[in-house]
Amino acid sequence: MHQFKSLFIGCTLLLSSAGLVFAGNGDTLKAVQAKGYIQAGVNGDLFGFGKADQKGVWKGLDVDTARAVAVAVFGNFKDRVRYTPLTAKTRFTALQSKEIDLLTRNATQTLGRDTSLGLDFVQVNYYDGQGFMVPKSLGVKSAKELGGATVCVLPGTTTEQNAADFFRSNNMDWKTVTIESTAELSQAFFAGRCDVMTSDASQLAGIRASSPKPDTYMILPDIISKEPLAPAVRHGDNQWKDIVNYAVLTMINAEEFGITSKNVDEMAKSKDPKIQRFLGVTAGNGKALGLDEKFAYNIIKQVGNYGEVFERNVGVNTPLGIERGLNALWTNGGLMYSPPFK
Amino acid sequence: MSTNSEVADIKPPAINVGVLGWVRSHLFNGALNSIATIVVLLVAMKFIPQFVQWAFIDSVWFTSGQECHEAAGACWSVVTQNIRFNVFGYYPYEHQWRPLVAMIILVLMLIYSRDWKKWNRRLGYLWLVALFVMGLLMKGGLFGLISVETTKWSGLPLTLLLSFFGILASYPLGVALALGRQSTMPVIKAFSVVYIELIRGVPLITMLFMSSVMFPLFLPEGVTIDKVLRAQVAIIIFTAAYVAEVVRGGLQAMDQGQYEAAESLGLNYFQKMRLIILPQALKIVIPPTVGVLISAFKDTSLVVIIALYDILNTTKSILNVPEWTGFSTEAYIFVASIYFVFCFSMSQYSRYVESELEYKAEEK
Repeated sequence: MHQFKSLFIGCTLLLSSAGLVFAGNGDTLKAVQAKGYIQAGVNGDLFGFGKADQKGVWKGLDVDTARAVAVAVFGNFKDRVRYTPLTAKTRFTALQSKEIDLLTRNATQTLGRDTSLGLDFVQVNYYDGQGFMVPKSLGVKSAKELGGATVCVLPGTTTEQNAADFFRSNNMDWKTVTIESTAELSQAFFAGRCDVMTSDASQLAGIRASSPKPDTYMILPDIISKEPLAPAVRHGDNQWKDIVNYAVLTMINAEEFGITSKNVDEMAKSKDPKIQRFLGVTAGNGKALGLDEKFAYNIIKQVGNYGEVFERNVGVNTPLGIERGLNALWTNGGLMYSPPFK
Repeated sequence: MSTNSEVADIKPPAINVGVLGWVRSHLFNGALNSIATIVVLLVAMKFIPQFVQWAFIDSVWFTSGQECHEAAGACWSVVTQNIRFNVFGYYPYEHQWRPLVAMIILVLMLIYSRDWKKWNRRLGYLWLVALFVMGLLMKGGLFGLISVETTKWSGLPLTLLLSFFGILASYPLGVALALGRQSTMPVIKAFSVVYIELIRGVPLITMLFMSSVMFPLFLPEGVTIDKVLRAQVAIIIFTAAYVAEVVRGGLQAMDQGQYEAAESLGLNYFQKMRLIILPQALKIVIPPTVGVLISAFKDTSLVVIIALYDILNTTKSILNVPEWTGFSTEAYIFVASIYFVFCFSMSQYSRYVESELEYKAEEK
């Protein structure tokens, strides 16, 4: 997820100082409308976030986010989004070089990236964090008890650094087993070559699900890093940033109001002025963003609210089986919170 | 009764003929060989039954990932259930017959053209037509075929495309560079030397990375060059440098007398190279050239780092689905066998070309 981050940031810093062209206000929306589709940068290999199924149909939380933006702009997403699979190394350059209009590729928002890479992050669409997975037979209940453990970790990632920091700050010894690919790394873990596996919590859930006996492994409650994954746009085009931002927030706000893809037509008849404004029954929001007044209605109708998108892609009934946790609404103890749509 | 038939009646000892004779003369003709044979046999006996048990007897072929976890042997389901994504990647599902037909045309054309006695103008035109048809099938946009942008080209067709054009274009470029490096004209020589040393001095990954990450930033506003094309050019440029050095080896191996003889016949530079030097020099370097080209074929898998989905990357992608994560061995065996078929064909073809050239030389 964040291999070679420092190397990459170094390269990109060099380039951006060499004179990057920033997007002008409104350019992206005009360009997107002219060509008739949004080019979205996605992961391509991350199940639950961005990955095509066997028929080449794209699925995932990030993919649905890109679709929500397409719906906001065009009123539907069919043939309106084209996906560019990107690696961790190529993702930001693709955005800078205008190869893509929107980056929804589980990128962690950080100050360094926000300021120096010529891009802006918008509303977080998934709060992740690094965790640990152990076999239940190890009898460990907290990451603080992992002193002396052998840890499986992807090499050259911030995951490795975070783990190193964690073990050092807690005065614990550790040994690493590093293997380049997640698939082989998890094989090593299941084969017992290491006691602990560390990665982002969302990934650990998927890895656990892929094991022959998922019930024999557990993810420890400790989260040792903050990984707010957010879509990103080019710096300087504030209108486009607003559109992407409010496309994501629309899904969150819909969940706050209890509006789903199923009941949105009913809710559109609501007498509540807040809901009327939100769904475009009372005009205003659409014009302010330069979009159709029905954009929120369309997003909810076609993509769903955040809860639906979450459950469909990564929720407890998917192979990933992730609980809402930090990604629950603020009213349920999570961090998902939308400003008022007015 | 003639004396001849009496002699013929005496048979050689059974140990010297037939299967036994072959075994004795090939496998046990000396202490060292006998030991080697026995060791190899023992190792084979240890591992082959296990492998057969795993790969064929205990294996499952058409199940879900969950059922695979129950099986004791190999889970070939990871290949069979995902075969279309593995081979064609993101190419639109209902149009995947198009790359399939394109690949079949390519393979048939290659097989048809393997004998260079058939190489003439007509075959040249045939290739042009075939290339056009393949391009049309892949890209679409004409004759009611929907257009498929190159970002969706993936899997085996992408591997073949990158390697075929990589090899096709880099070979002549490499020969030209080798000649350039031998040239007495300082500018051409300097260019060739700088090109070859510079490109050989960096890994292919760097080239691909430059083409994918750096290059677009230097393009003027609004200009984008196709990602596949950029990777293709990087591969051509890279392979050409290696071909150039191999060919230079051939040129230097040529006897000085050949150059002098050609000049004494009054041939100009191009005639000398085309008629005398290159045919001999290129023949000498067939084995290393094929080595370079085979590794060029395998190197196309490095496009994974710029998120192009060649057949190796589609395989990795499949393994990222939780259902299939555990079965990398089976999936990689499948991909390895595909690579093997193509690389082995290439090396067989080179041996065939070599033996053909030998034969012709003896005939004359």
